[in-house]
Amino acid sequence: MIDPIFLAEAAINGLLLGGVLALLALGLNLIFGVIDIVWIAYVDLVMLAMYAVYFLVMVYGWPIWLAGLAAIGVGALLGIGVHVLIISPILGSAPVNQLLATGGLLFFLQSFATFLWTTDHRSVRLALPVLEVAGIFVSFARLIAFVIAILAMIGLYLFLTRTYIGTAIRAVAQDREAMALMGADPRRVYLVTSAVGGAMAGLAAALLSIQYSVHPYFGAAFGPITFMICVLGGLGNMVGAFVASFIMSEIISIGGVTWSTEMGYVIAFALFIVMMFVRPGGILTKRE
Amino acid sequence: MTPGRLAALALLAALAAAPFVPMAGMRQYVLHVTIQIFIWSFIGGAWSLMGRFGLVSLGHGAFLGLGAYAATLLWNFYGLTPWVGGLVAVALTVGFALVVAYPCSRFRILGHYFALVTLAVGEVVRLLIIAERDWTGGSLGLTLRPARTDASLLAIQYADKRVFYYASLVVWLLGLWVWTLLDRSMARAAMEAIGEDETAAASVGIHVTRFKLGITALSAALTALGGVLYAQYFTYVNPDTLAGIGVSLRIVFAVVLGGMYSLLGPTVGTALTIALSEYLRVIFGVKFIGMAETIYGLLLVLFIIFLPSGIYGSARGLLRRRRTLEASATA
Repeated sequence: MIDPIFLAEAAINGLLLGGVLALLALGLNLIFGVIDIVWIAYVDLVMLAMYAVYFLVMVYGWPIWLAGLAAIGVGALLGIGVHVLIISPILGSAPVNQLLATGGLLFFLQSFATFLWTTDHRSVRLALPVLEVAGIFVSFARLIAFVIAILAMIGLYLFLTRTYIGTAIRAVAQDREAMALMGADPRRVYLVTSAVGGAMAGLAAALLSIQYSVHPYFGAAFGPITFMICVLGGLGNMVGAFVASFIMSEIISIGGVTWSTEMGYVIAFALFIVMMFVRPGGILTKRE
Repeated sequence: MTPGRLAALALLAALAAAPFVPMAGMRQYVLHVTIQIFIWSFIGGAWSLMGRFGLVSLGHGAFLGLGAYAATLLWNFYGLTPWVGGLVAVALTVGFALVVAYPCSRFRILGHYFALVTLAVGEVVRLLIIAERDWTGGSLGLTLRPARTDASLLAIQYADKRVFYYASLVVWLLGLWVWTLLDRSMARAAMEAIGEDETAAASVGIHVTRFKLGITALSAALTALGGVLYAQYFTYVNPDTLAGIGVSLRIVFAVVLGGMYSLLGPTVGTALTIALSEYLRVIFGVKFIGMAETIYGLLLVLFIIFLPSGIYGSARGLLRRRRTLEASATA
């Protein structure tokens, strides 16, 4: 039997990880909802932004918060770059080709990172304390990441509901054709969406880099779980993705402590497969 | 005899004679590369049986890994000859594929969703292999227990690469044969209709689930066979090279690069990717690790944007168009 303290600790860690995963899932989901393309290489953009944080802090001596802000900028630029260079030429192609084009990008980014920076694991060394509450240890870095992620999601919500361009983005997600008829420029909406999605990847990168070390295969480690959260929540459904993030992160965290890290992921993926059969439109929709 | 058929016969004769051409010490290397091309082309062809009908699986690594590991474990732990073990592995993989494919078909998981479900399946198999490290060796992989002699028919282990050259050539031809059989059958028309619109296909009396399960079983069986052959040739299996998202994407990319709607597309794509990575490896050596894959990834993106039906597919389409143009000019 596992000590309940360990389980409580795992549950709290799962909750904290869920915040950052939700940020990633919302970024990917925003892009999917608006542009209708799954960026398979989304978490590889996170990986690039994590390298940016690492080099800015460890080589150029920037403070971490400034490097984090820079990472958001890097992410937004990467998002725009991916959209302009890869997505816009294939907007009209078969969905399979769109999926594969961003898959090719994944391969390219992964190997290019290996080529430039080798497969070494690099981490930003920060001396952040570990909090102890009633025998449960909580990493301060994770707590900060969680709080910032939640604040960022509130910011995204306000952006989408209170600004003109945000409203336009939601309108395109609802009806692509009608939006063009109303006189809004879909190209501009796509570009802004890609930039916002990229910026969220950049912020996630900053939050992940204070907890994990970065390596070229970081995207492969966090990518599959991110898509699955999006699909589990219902592609394009923001609230669903938010809820699904916490379900998945708790399974991974508690499963990891109870059996092994791999088994935690196996259970999460298996749940995803079963849920696809039972609730294909996402956990929050009713079956037709 | 048509020129096409003549060219095919000449190519076949050249392939059959290749191991006996003097190559001044390069023979082992050339054979090694060619065997890999045959095995991966066969696996790519098996994938394209599903891919060409819109069933884009990103989880063929699951079938490949199951096949390779089942045969290897049966031989290592029970001394079961791969002749039988391979059959068991293929049967097991088909069973597994049906368990996944039935609900996919029943609940109409299509397009993006099908790709993501199969991707999850591939990852589940990879992670299970790693998690069961006590008997699968985890991420360190597993070496086939060596046979007592250099050439063992019972263990299908041969030090001489020529044996595997002919074995993989035969398996590759088998894959092409299956592709052609399917291409000429009624099942192809039915599957194309299903790929276009399931409801419409069902309304004209096509049994959608039966055809989908059939094609998935066939594709999984051939992929597992490829896995068994891979394990026998390399005598080493590893979860990252045989299961999971990495290898699954590699299979798909090679096929897309060559063209998934044509007989030789998967072979052309696989040959090109393997030749490219070998060439870059020879040029750059171990100095620039990742350079080969970087160029490969860049080419993939460019190809999907500019040549969506693949190299072979596009070249053939161009040739055909020119021929019809000439025909109409003379008429």
